[in-house]
Amino acid sequence: MRSQISERYLPEKDSQACGLFGVMNTTGERFGGEMAINAMINMKVRGNGLGGGFAIYGLYPEYKDYYALHIMFERHQLGAKEIVDEFLADHFHVVYDEEIPTNKKATVLNPPVVWRYFVSPRQYMEEGNNLSDDEFVVEKVMYINTRIDGAYVFSSGKDMGVFKGVGFPEEIADYFMLDRLYKGYIWTAHSRFPTNTPGWWGGAHPFSILDWTVVHNGEISSYGTNRRYLEMFGYYCTLYTDTEVMAYAVDLLMRRQGLPIEVVSRIFAAPMWDIIEHMEPERRELYKTLRMAYAPLLMNGPFTVIVAHHNEMFGLTDRIRLRPITAAAAGDFVFLSSEEASIRAVAPRLDLAWTPPGGEPVVARLHTKDHLASLARAV
Amino acid sequence: MFSHLLPEFLVERRSDRCIKCRVCERQCPNGVHHYDTELDLMFSDESPCVGCQRCVVFCPTNALSVYPHPTTYRPNASWTREKLQDLKKQAETGGVILTGSGNDKPYRIYWDHLVLNASQVTNPSIDPLREPMELRTYLGRKPDTLEVEVCGDKVSITSRLSPNVPVETPILFSAMSYGAISYQAFVSLAMAAKEFGTLFNTGEGGLPREMREKFGQNAIVQCASGRFGVDPEYLNSAAVVEIKIGQGAKPGIGGHLPGEKVAANIALTRMIPEGTDALSPAPQHDIYSIEDLSMLIYALKEATNYEKPVSVKIAAVHNVAAIASGIVRAGADIVAIDGLRGGTGAAPKAIRDNVGIPIELALAAVDRRLREEGIRHKCSIIAASGVRCSADVIKAIALGADAVYIGSAALVAMGCTLCQKCYTGKCAWGICTQDPYLTRRLNPEIASQRLVNLLRGWSHEIKEMLGGMGINAIESLRGNREHLRGVGLEGWELDVLGVKGAGE
Repeated sequence: MRSQISERYLPEKDSQACGLFGVMNTTGERFGGEMAINAMINMKVRGNGLGGGFAIYGLYPEYKDYYALHIMFERHQLGAKEIVDEFLADHFHVVYDEEIPTNKKATVLNPPVVWRYFVSPRQYMEEGNNLSDDEFVVEKVMYINTRIDGAYVFSSGKDMGVFKGVGFPEEIADYFMLDRLYKGYIWTAHSRFPTNTPGWWGGAHPFSILDWTVVHNGEISSYGTNRRYLEMFGYYCTLYTDTEVMAYAVDLLMRRQGLPIEVVSRIFAAPMWDIIEHMEPERRELYKTLRMAYAPLLMNGPFTVIVAHHNEMFGLTDRIRLRPITAAAAGDFVFLSSEEASIRAVAPRLDLAWTPPGGEPVVARLHTKDHLASLARAV
Repeated sequence: MFSHLLPEFLVERRSDRCIKCRVCERQCPNGVHHYDTELDLMFSDESPCVGCQRCVVFCPTNALSVYPHPTTYRPNASWTREKLQDLKKQAETGGVILTGSGNDKPYRIYWDHLVLNASQVTNPSIDPLREPMELRTYLGRKPDTLEVEVCGDKVSITSRLSPNVPVETPILFSAMSYGAISYQAFVSLAMAAKEFGTLFNTGEGGLPREMREKFGQNAIVQCASGRFGVDPEYLNSAAVVEIKIGQGAKPGIGGHLPGEKVAANIALTRMIPEGTDALSPAPQHDIYSIEDLSMLIYALKEATNYEKPVSVKIAAVHNVAAIASGIVRAGADIVAIDGLRGGTGAAPKAIRDNVGIPIELALAAVDRRLREEGIRHKCSIIAASGVRCSADVIKAIALGADAVYIGSAALVAMGCTLCQKCYTGKCAWGICTQDPYLTRRLNPEIASQRLVNLLRGWSHEIKEMLGGMGINAIESLRGNREHLRGVGLEGWELDVLGVKGAGE
């Protein structure tokens, strides 16, 4: 008896190219979606209408102590909602829930029902459960995603949310009325150009677990190696996309193992051995050890990624810079984008715009000027 | 007893080319060629010819051809010539049929049924002549997590790390002991490993004292069932210590170096009296179970102050995955797996040709089991047996190996022609013999250069293939089955390999 089905039967990975955009107000002031939406319109050619999405931080200040679950239900499987409702009632205190309002006139195909729940974990003492609340939520989200057919959790963090679907980003924004209804201090956005056509709303970006979101452009050639390593730590990839691997790797290294992004970026986009050789002894030892210990999490092949969580947004491109990223700053705003043009389209008066080199993260943090650190090493 | 055996090879001499220089006579250790001074003619007796092609290569006028003897019995698919010959040989001697090098039977060679991927459009391929392409590999146990302390701009690692050993290419020289091979061959392997930045394996015959300082840091020293040459200085001179449990060519049995090969320096290195047989028992007699193995692993770690990774080498047998998992849990930092086609200096033919499983299946099964148990990162896997070219290496890595051992391939680079007569001690190429007349033929300066060339050539090819896949570091291919597809394999084989069929 084989304990697990052979990897031979795993679905083929989805490959795609994309447009990315992220904007953050480093004072934490909340702003509307116009910049993110218009930037995506400017980069329309980077997508093909098969996926678009947005992540917004500082979204639900009135419910900021509760996990906000955005859950989609396929219209032909609405029975899934009853199962999910029951499951949530068993494991959480649901303080409020509602269908996410949508614009019925919007031009999107086949939208699912998307519901939001504000919940707090209901951990039973008798279970001897000593999971942290975060771990508890991750476990339940994984359960819904892998076990309940027809339901999929878009996002599960506090005071943030993901809106995504099949269509161009501006169509998705119109459908969820993002420009009219919501404000946040970080907006990240994604436009998708898949080489196959899953046509599934859950497959669009951003990908999210807890308050982490990832938008990603690229094809990770090391996918198989990365996925297998993550499986050892309990992350089972169900969507077979590079982005999922990236999201879980971020969660493992940053949330569970507590490594700062400056370190994590050296794991995902490790410097070449030749460069490590020429570092001063202390740095050499650090970089050597990081590369040795986390070799299976080296993200090989072209990628650009914008990761966000509370208080922080960062962009990173692969170590030989096979996908584009541009960073810019204007007043309190920090921008990251696949294209400089899209930044200039929404913020004509920039203080600075620069091209970070491969493997060099641009980190924007609340109430800091950390993003300028990458400027010194810009191309 | 009059022998009924047919000769194995036919030696053909073109008299119009032969200049009677007698090179062939001097080169052949088996006495095939003979010069008759009275008749001024060269004669050949083909019956002792092993087909090693030494005389053919060295004949200055290309007068010689040696090829399989055309004489056959009545063709019979079941009773082949080889089966009949072996049977007759045993009827004449009553002995066990010995042989050398690896299994030559037509078991499926999975390397030849796996094809590699390359990038097109969605992902750029990388040109290794213009972009960095990294093959460096660290062998040893990796931590579950790395604890770091961040202090402003400074990040320092606070976790205790296990020792790891770097190699510049994921190709290591397999265990071949001094005694089984000549000093010259042994030194050649050491020199090449040092020059290229990889490792050679001493096998179980110890490491001659004069080599320790110079080559120790490129040596994997073995601690095998005979414990030959094992002392604290031996262990501490090395980069890696390896416990040899089994060998792919002869799983479950030991070794026997006949006394006539145990000359003074071999005796000194192995720490046994000159001229005595060096017998390696089948099991290690202090390891009858997994907990005994654990004790030896930690004894060796104690002896080396926890500064060196400890490897455990096993033959690929039916339940290899479970055994490997036990080995990792017992504390090994490296698991070396030697498959069905692994070579040997001497083994009973019945064992070599019938015991064990192919390395490709064993490797995939071990990699998968360790991952399922969440312990794959706790060890490095070295795969051995039947690695013939760079493509085999890269496929092994995609199936989950950290590195491969090459034995036969390294010998072939030095001159070996796989005549399978290693056990006779009459290697015409000076590799598998202790006869000074023969060993003198192998110049370590030249032989090591051939080995370095081989490593360089293969490494270049690996880089080209990696670049084609859009990968610029070998670690991103490790266990990455997405880059493999099977051709001409059955469903169960694809299942075990964890590889899709081509087009799937």
